[in-house]
Order: sequence, then structure tokens, then C-alpha cells
Amino acid sequence: MRMVLVFILLFLVTARVAGEMTLSNPEDEQRFNDLSKVLRCMVCQNQSIADSNAELARDFRDQVKEQINEGQSDAEIIDYMVERYGHYILYRPPFNMATAILWTGPFILVVVGFVMVVRTMRRQEQSQAGTNTRQQARLRELLEKSADFDDKGG
Amino acid sequence: MIPEIGHFALVVALFMALVQTVMPVVGAYRGIPELMAMGRPAARAQFLFVAVSFAMLTLAFIENDFTVAYVVQNSNSALPIEYRISAVWGAHEGSLLLWVLMLAAWGLAITIFSQSLPEHFLARVMGVMGFISVGFILFILMTSNPFDRLIPGATDGRDLNPLLQDPGLIIHPPMLYMGYVGFSVAFSFAVAALLGGRLDATWARWSRPWTTVAWLFLTIGIVLGSWWAYYELGWGGWWFWDPVENASLMPWLAGTALIHSLAVTEKRGAFKSWTVLLAILAFSLSLLGTFLVRSGVLVSVHAFASDPERGVFILAFLVVVIGASLGLYAWRAPNVYGGGRFRLFSREMLLLANNVLLMAALAAVLMGTMAPIVLDALGLGKISVGPPYFDAVFVPVMLPLVILMGIGPLVSWRSGDMRPVFKKLRVVFIAGLVVGAVLPLVTMGRTTLMVAAASMIAVWAIFSSVQYLRDRLIRRPGNRGLSAGVYGMVIAHAGVGVFVIGATLSSAFSVERDVHVRVGDTVRINDFAFHLEEVKPVRGPNYHSDMARVTVTRDGEQVAVLTPEKRTYFVQTMPMTEASIDATLFRDLYVALAEQRGEDGWALRVYHKPFQAWIWSGPLLMALGGILAASDRRYRTSAKRIVQTRRRSAVGPVVREAKV
Repeated sequence: MRMVLVFILLFLVTARVAGEMTLSNPEDEQRFNDLSKVLRCMVCQNQSIADSNAELARDFRDQVKEQINEGQSDAEIIDYMVERYGHYILYRPPFNMATAILWTGPFILVVVGFVMVVRTMRRQEQSQAGTNTRQQARLRELLEKSADFDDKGG
Repeated sequence: MIPEIGHFALVVALFMALVQTVMPVVGAYRGIPELMAMGRPAARAQFLFVAVSFAMLTLAFIENDFTVAYVVQNSNSALPIEYRISAVWGAHEGSLLLWVLMLAAWGLAITIFSQSLPEHFLARVMGVMGFISVGFILFILMTSNPFDRLIPGATDGRDLNPLLQDPGLIIHPPMLYMGYVGFSVAFSFAVAALLGGRLDATWARWSRPWTTVAWLFLTIGIVLGSWWAYYELGWGGWWFWDPVENASLMPWLAGTALIHSLAVTEKRGAFKSWTVLLAILAFSLSLLGTFLVRSGVLVSVHAFASDPERGVFILAFLVVVIGASLGLYAWRAPNVYGGGRFRLFSREMLLLANNVLLMAALAAVLMGTMAPIVLDALGLGKISVGPPYFDAVFVPVMLPLVILMGIGPLVSWRSGDMRPVFKKLRVVFIAGLVVGAVLPLVTMGRTTLMVAAASMIAVWAIFSSVQYLRDRLIRRPGNRGLSAGVYGMVIAHAGVGVFVIGATLSSAFSVERDVHVRVGDTVRINDFAFHLEEVKPVRGPNYHSDMARVTVTRDGEQVAVLTPEKRTYFVQTMPMTEASIDATLFRDLYVALAEQRGEDGWALRVYHKPFQAWIWSGPLLMALGGILAASDRRYRTSAKRIVQTRRRSAVGPVVREAKV
């Protein structure tokens, strides 16, 4: 038992000295790669902990590896890091009152955009239907023919 | 003396820009041909003096003039000559001067290539271009003068940031700025049209080639930047959703929307107001990008607040330009619906859908970039917005766009009948689904639902573009050749597909191994064995480096020899990673040397990145498409036709034309 403890201690010490802990299998390595890409190196200028050589990033990498080795899930590791260092560490912004527009805005814009397009089209049809005399129709036909010709020439 | 000449030339250029701003606009307003005619020579003179100014700064770098503060900060006598030249735009002051040089060059180009524009219109265009020049030259002279002397001079310089000592960085900024600044032409045309109250298909025809050229430069600039980040930063990534990258992507998205909207306005006379708004938007986003990158607001809101001089100037200029042009837009934009009716299923409608989706994607990038700054400034907490956000919001908006892109060109204007279109596309649709689904399986041996979906969409984009080309070739009237514009569009659209394949397969199936090895060790990825042969010291002109030799074998056969380096530059002692890459069409092998560990132990980053080359090839195809589209004979013949009509109608502009 004591030997084991000493061994573990020794392992921890050497791991710390080396500055990087190790992972046991390729799946864990892939998990680590993915996780370290969504965590921010908080002292760097917009770098993930995977992309930074800073002391802090190295420390965070070790923390993540440690937790992977302890058998924590990805979600648990992220929750732990966010709880400890705040949302700033996570490249995925939280969904709350302040960020609601950020998350939903682009999709709302798609819907609003299409509604506006269809409405404009309707109004256009109505306004044209009102003034449509025979001569105008004839004129438009001619114009469209020339536009068509243009198009095919293009 | 050299820096003083440069400084003085810039001051003269400012006055030329002022003349260019005021005289032609007043002339156009009052109808005085002599004043209108001043725009052209003023723009040319402005270019000349900005070029002299730029040349003087370059000369100061070449001659190692260490009495110039900017040279001291960004150069060194040991720096190789090509980097001494590119160091001119290696930092804030010089890159702004490059900005102004590009702007003046675009102005010069208008004076050369727009001989056929009506005098009133050209005068207003010159005026708007001049106004932008005034703003930026003033900005340089007041807050960011690169010619400031350092007295007494330094014995040597602090050297160029090692990250920038790279061939990619010699041409990336000029290309990017050509694109950024090029949208000022579309902007000036739009504002000139609003001022003149004449907003029609002719205006769109004039704007199109200029917009396309600016867009293709921006495309090349963004690709070069991405490529540089890929091999120079040593992390194997090619897009980081960094605010600086986003700053260039936003005008690109707006410009892409503008190109498509201009097509409708030119061919059908529809969406005029919207097209004008997009032209204003594209350039406004270029200015916003300049503000974000140059004001320091990205580093931190607080850094901006403590040294606000530069930021406030650009912000004020931004507000004036955007505010004035939007005000003008609200006042003058035509409130009519022109261009004839079109049905729900028509090319107009599909191009509008293109615009809606591009605007939503743009909104995602804009909000993702600004949210951290805004929330922090409002005291609502610090958040980070990165790849997970953009994967979840930007990508789902863009993929439907790629689907529509395959259909759009085959649909006719006004009221497209769905049946013939679907008949033409039925076969390629099924082929796209099958090939797209199989592609990852055959090349990578595995797939996921998302990968298969994205791959199907990408293959569909390529197949449907080819199908469109076939259709046009079969249907062409009188066996005439197709115009360059058609080929341009097909190539650009296929390029989108190529890019999506590359981005999808590279992100999904890249394998990264981060390992500690000793000399003699082997790292394996898939079937490739990376063998670290040796690490030996090498001396460069202004750095020393450890260069590794990594031989890569596959089934015992040698595939490549890679030589990643770990450089330490003499002056700025920060260590630099020089990755070494063996690229083929279907995969990149990428090795980066990280730090040394112990006697002959090294941290090594090894990547196998499938289809990486497609990520660069796609946008390069888009740019090639842009070149073809801009060179379409149509723009030149139409210009000639206008000149002829004007020659025949012997009123007004003839006075000027005699001089041309």
C-alpha cells in the first residue's frame, strides 16, 4: 500500500515537473484535443488553451487531462472549469438574457427577411395590378423582351 | 531629408484630396463643367503624392534610417531586404499609409477606366472618394504619423515582429486592403447615384465590375491570411473566428450579397434601394473592420478607454461616413418597386433568398464579434465567443445558401416554372446525394451524419454548376460562345463546393497528435510513420533555430522529409514555430516542433489533415471566377456604346471629352 502511495506521489511529481500529464488512450487524446479547443487561455489574446504556450494554458491543459483521467465526462469538465473561472473561459457563450439576441438573432433575421420579401412582393403585385392598362402591359412586354435578349447575350 | 519629403508629400496629397472632394461636387451641384473637370486631375495628383510618400517610407526602411521612430520599432539592420520592404506595412502607421495608397490607386483606376461615365456622375464619385481620402490622410497626419523622427536616432532597430517575417505576410495585407478599400468604389458609385437622384440599371452595370474586382481581391487576401495562420502559427488551424479575421469576413459577406443583388438590379432593374444599401453596408463594414483592428478595442475595452485618441478619430469618421450615407439613403432612395413582377419561384426570388441568408450569416459574425465588447462595456460580464458559437449559428445559415446556389442559375427571371428546372437537375441531384454520401466513406473510411450531409451539399453545388454550364452550352443561340461572366459564375460556384468539401472533411477527420519524443522515436498517424531523425542548430540572417528532420514513411516507403523549425530571433527573443508541411491534393502532413524537453527530447505536434488543399483551392476558384466575370466583354462594349451615344448627342459633356 505504501509503495503504491509513493509510486503515485512520484508519478504526480514527475508529471508536474514535465509540465504535461499523459493520457492513456487515443480516445482520451481526441477528447482532450476537442476540449482544449473550446477553453480559452485567459491571459492570451484570443487563443484556446490548445493553441497557447503560456504557463496558464499549460496548467489548464494539465487540469483537463487530470479530470479526463479521473473519468469525468466532457460536460462535467466544462462545468467545473466554468464554475471555477467564469464564463470567460468557455468559447461557447452561455444562453441567458444578455446573450439571447446573440444566439437567436441570425435565425430571427432569416424569418423576418423572408416575411419581408414575400410582403414586398405582394404589395408590388397589387400596386401594379391597379395601374395596369393595356398600353403599359404592351410596353412592359417589349421591355422584358429586350431584357431577355440582354440576358441571353450575357 | 527622406522622411520629411514623405511627410510633406502626404500633406500635399491631403490638399489634393480636399480639392478632389470639394470642387467636383460643387461643380456637379452648380452645373459648372470646369469645376467638375477638376476631379480627375486632382485624383491623379493625389495618387502621385501618396505614392511618393509611400516610396519615401519604404526608402527609409531600405536604408535603415534609424532616426525614424517607426523604422526603429519595426526593422533591424539584419533584417533581409524583402522583409524590410514588407515591414513598411508591418504595424499601425504604415498599414494605414498602405490603406491610403490603395484608396488613391482605386481613385486613379476610376479616372482611367471610367472614361465613359457621365461627367456629373464621375464628378460626384470623385468627390466621395476624395472625402474618404481626406479622412484617412488626416487620421495618419494627426494620430499616426510614420515619419516622426527619433532624435537622437537609435543605433539599431527593434526588428519586425517575427510572426510577420514570412513570405505570406508580404502579399497578404496589400491584397486584403485592395479588397477592403475597393468597396469604396461601389460605395462612391452608390452615393453619387443617390446624390444625382439617378438610380437605374446603368448605375448597376457601372458598379458591377468594380465590385467584383474588389471582392476577388478580398477573397484572395482572406485566403492568404488563413493560409499564413495555418502554417505560421503552428497549431494546424486555418480559421480561428478571431475578431481580426471576422473583420475581413464581414465585408466579404456583404460584398458577396452585393454582387448578387447588383445582378438583379442590372438585368431586371429591381431591388434598387436594397442594392444601394448593400453598397453602403459593404464599405461601412470595411471601415468598421479598420476601426476594430486599429483602435485597440479588441485587445480590451479598457485599453481603448485609456488611449482613445486613434479609436475616437476612426469612430467619429465611421459615424460621419455611415451616418451621412444612410441619411442620404433615407432621403433619396427611390421608394418605387421597379423591375416588373416576379413570382415566388423566380431567379429574383432566389437571389433575394441569397441576400437574406448572407445577411443572417453576416449578423452572426457581427454579433459574435461585437457581443464580448458590448457586454463588457455595459458591465454585463465577460464572455468569449468562439468556434462553438459559429459552428452552431453561422454554418446552419450558410449551408442552405449552398443548396439554393445549385438551383438559382437555372431558374429564369420573373416567373420560373419549377418543372423544367427540376427535370434538368433531377439527375445531378441524385448523383450529388450518392457521390456526396460515398465520398467520405471512400476517402476516409468512415462518416457521420453531419459530414455526409455537408458533403452531399458540397458535391451538389459542384455538379449543379457543371449541369448549368452544359445546359447553357446546349441552348446557346447561334452556336455563339458563352460570355466570360457565365464561366466566371460557374467556376466561382463550383469553388464554393470545393471549399465546403475541404472544410468539412478536414475539420471532421484531421488527426492531431501532441507527443513528447526523443531523437530516433517514431509517431504514427493512420498509415503514416513520422520518424524524428535529428534536431540540429541552424543559423539564419537574424535568428538561430533548431531544425528537425522528420522522415515520413508509409508501408516502409518514404513519402516526405519534413524540416520543422523552432526559431529564436535575435532581437525579439520570442520563440517561433515554423511548421513543415507536405501537401498533396488529398492530404497535408504537418509537423511543428514545440519546446525542447531535456537533453534530446522534444514536444512535437503532428497532424494528418485530409483535403486541406481544397480549403484554399475553393476560394481561389471563386477569385478566378471573379476575374473572368469582371473581364466580361459586356462591360467594355456597353461603355463604348455609351460614349458613342454621347458623341452623337452634342450637348454638355462634349467639352470635357475633347480633353480626354
